[in-house]
Amino acid sequence: MAEQAVKKKKKTKPPVTESLLAPGHRACAGCGEALGAKLVMDAAGPNTYVTTCTGCLEVFSTPYPESAWKMPWIHSLFENSSAVAAGIEAALIAQGRDKDVNIIAQGGDGGTADIGIGCLSGMLERGHNILYVCYDNEAYMNTGVQRSGLTPFDARTSTTPVGKRSMGNQTNKKNLPEIAAAHGIPYSATATVGYPNDVIRKVQKALKIKGPKFLQIHVPCPLGWIHPTDQTIEVAKLAVLTGLIPIFEMEDGKLTRVRKIGKNRKPVEEYLKAQGRFRHLFKGTPEAEAELEKVRQIAEANIEKYGLA
Amino acid sequence: MKEFIEGSMAVARGVAVCRPHVVSAYPITPQTHIVEHLSELVADGILDSQFINVESEFGAASVVLGAAAAGGRAFSATTSQGLLLMGEVLYNISGMRLPLVITVANRAVSAPINIWNDHSDAMVFRDAGWIMLFAEDNQEVHDMHIQAYKIGETREISLPVMVNMDGFILTHAYEPVDTISQKDADDFLPPFDPVVKLDVDNPLTMGPLGEPQWYLETRYRIQQAMLEAKPVVKQVAKEFKEKFGRWYGDVIDGYRMDDAEIVYVAMGSICGTIKDTIDELRDKGEKVGLLKIRMFRPFPGEEIIDALKDKQKVIVLEKALSLGASGMLSDEIKAAFYATPHRPEISSTFAGLGGRDISKTSLADLYHKVKGERQDNMFVDLKEELV
Ligand SMILES: Cc1ncc(C[n+]2csc(CCOP(=O)(O)OP(=O)(O)O)c2C)c(N)n1
Ligand SMILES: [Mg+2]
Repeated sequence: MAEQAVKKKKKTKPPVTESLLAPGHRACAGCGEALGAKLVMDAAGPNTYVTTCTGCLEVFSTPYPESAWKMPWIHSLFENSSAVAAGIEAALIAQGRDKDVNIIAQGGDGGTADIGIGCLSGMLERGHNILYVCYDNEAYMNTGVQRSGLTPFDARTSTTPVGKRSMGNQTNKKNLPEIAAAHGIPYSATATVGYPNDVIRKVQKALKIKGPKFLQIHVPCPLGWIHPTDQTIEVAKLAVLTGLIPIFEMEDGKLTRVRKIGKNRKPVEEYLKAQGRFRHLFKGTPEAEAELEKVRQIAEANIEKYGLA
Repeated sequence: MKEFIEGSMAVARGVAVCRPHVVSAYPITPQTHIVEHLSELVADGILDSQFINVESEFGAASVVLGAAAAGGRAFSATTSQGLLLMGEVLYNISGMRLPLVITVANRAVSAPINIWNDHSDAMVFRDAGWIMLFAEDNQEVHDMHIQAYKIGETREISLPVMVNMDGFILTHAYEPVDTISQKDADDFLPPFDPVVKLDVDNPLTMGPLGEPQWYLETRYRIQQAMLEAKPVVKQVAKEFKEKFGRWYGDVIDGYRMDDAEIVYVAMGSICGTIKDTIDELRDKGEKVGLLKIRMFRPFPGEEIIDALKDKQKVIVLEKALSLGASGMLSDEIKAAFYATPHRPEISSTFAGLGGRDISKTSLADLYHKVKGERQDNMFVDLKEELV
């Protein structure tokens, strides 16, 4: 009887999961990056050293004297988390403290694909046993939604505004996972917070592989993409199901696994319409229609290239 | 043990006996031989360090930052453009109170590109929260590294140290150097015991966001640590002398100062040429001396006042200037004298920029000019026909 009562009492409590990225930080409601980082940290576990680029993630999680990080964590600059991680690895090896620990370097799309690509390339090429995680929210969010090298085609950002002579960002996303893979590293992959279990699986898989690993996680930003804060997961899934964000794994430079869309494929309009940053594509003008067609082609090319159908 | 070695080798050997866990650098003339020698010591198994070849000086500085944050003793070396490229990280290293050592083989700054010696590179970072030492010769620079680690790693200080040596003039010069044995080094320099470090057994956050209610005090504390570093630098110099018998002055050093009426003030290898010039001038009855500045940061203002207050004239000879203002060294000496009742006449002069030779004749001419009248922002050996 007594035992049962205890059990019952336990059941009424909400399940408490101690996350290594503690709650109470300052991320916006619906922040995909905060969710992504939480998944990565909990998948990696407490024996993990973490370096983080300047950006939303660092700012919202460490307003001194508070910190959301329950593991050894360091932020140095915007563009050097991979080099700082390399230094940590070297020092741990030299001190004999490198056994059974993980090292994760992380940054936003700007800190990774643009200003930090030199340090990232160096880290990948030198063969450090480090997992690099890029949280791709497709713009410089921390400074107010400016365009980055991972901003998608036609997206409106604060530095690719829409106007009489502009339909937003006129470049495609830099293919960073393939650039990473071209360094000859054993593992490079994409994931999305739309499919959290896949993020966890990929982090755990990557951490079992010795050498440099790269993981790019698509993380919606309600503020920058202009969608309701409760739509983060839906938007993230639509990015995948439209073919605009291919989810794949590359091992030793070869494509080894993709998330098929198959019959669940959605027209790109569903993804675009869900976000204010693409609103100008739905004016119904011939110009807007022409742009929409270009976006459809991007999805088509992804589906073809990665075999998503 | 006395050995006839290159200046860069003197540095490499001086660093190696400090047993750095991590060495990371990027090649740039005239620093290259330092890191080449270190990589050889690692390759030969003499030095048990992680040697990380990086993609840039920015990367090198970031790697040693990470290494120090993880509790490792770390070393890098660079110069000129490389130092400038490190700039953002240099501030970050001191801001996080990471006591690593970087050697700067001082060189001019581009444009025009120029690989030869002056102090324009290091002086850019005089405000960056680094202890800055300047060596006169290769024995001093060999000995300076073990002192640098001991100073910076003193727990109350916890600041990075920049060891400056003149590019080519010292880095590529062969001189007999009494090298420090590993045993003596181990006796002198205890293992690095950082105040904080990244550790999975004791997780902490480094490099957080410092909002306005916190930031100002971080600067105050670095300033305090800088001021506290001065007696530590002196103490370490004294301990070094007791153990090794070699002395270069502590934060400053004087040469034939006692009855000097006119005094040169300078930093680095030019002090050797100035000493020779002084000897020759003295032979002719001139009462002249030298005040060598061994430490530029923290600025040894009180010591300088003490050494110069009774002198008639001072010739500050600098290998750098703040374009549009004056010399950093002369300006700070003048500022130090602001509140004193007696102050010497101070001339500010610039020499040797971009590796221009500074001859004894030029130095003697300068002396006579200053003896005649005060010189302000004077370029020594300026070719009037070129300007
Ligand atoms: C050298 C340097 N340049 C610019 C900045 C300003 N800055 C800080 S964070 C940031 C944007 C970060 O964007 P991203 O890496 O995509 O991360 P997010 O904030 O979007 O997560 C910028 C431009 C900086 N801190 N340092
Ligand atoms: Mg971003």
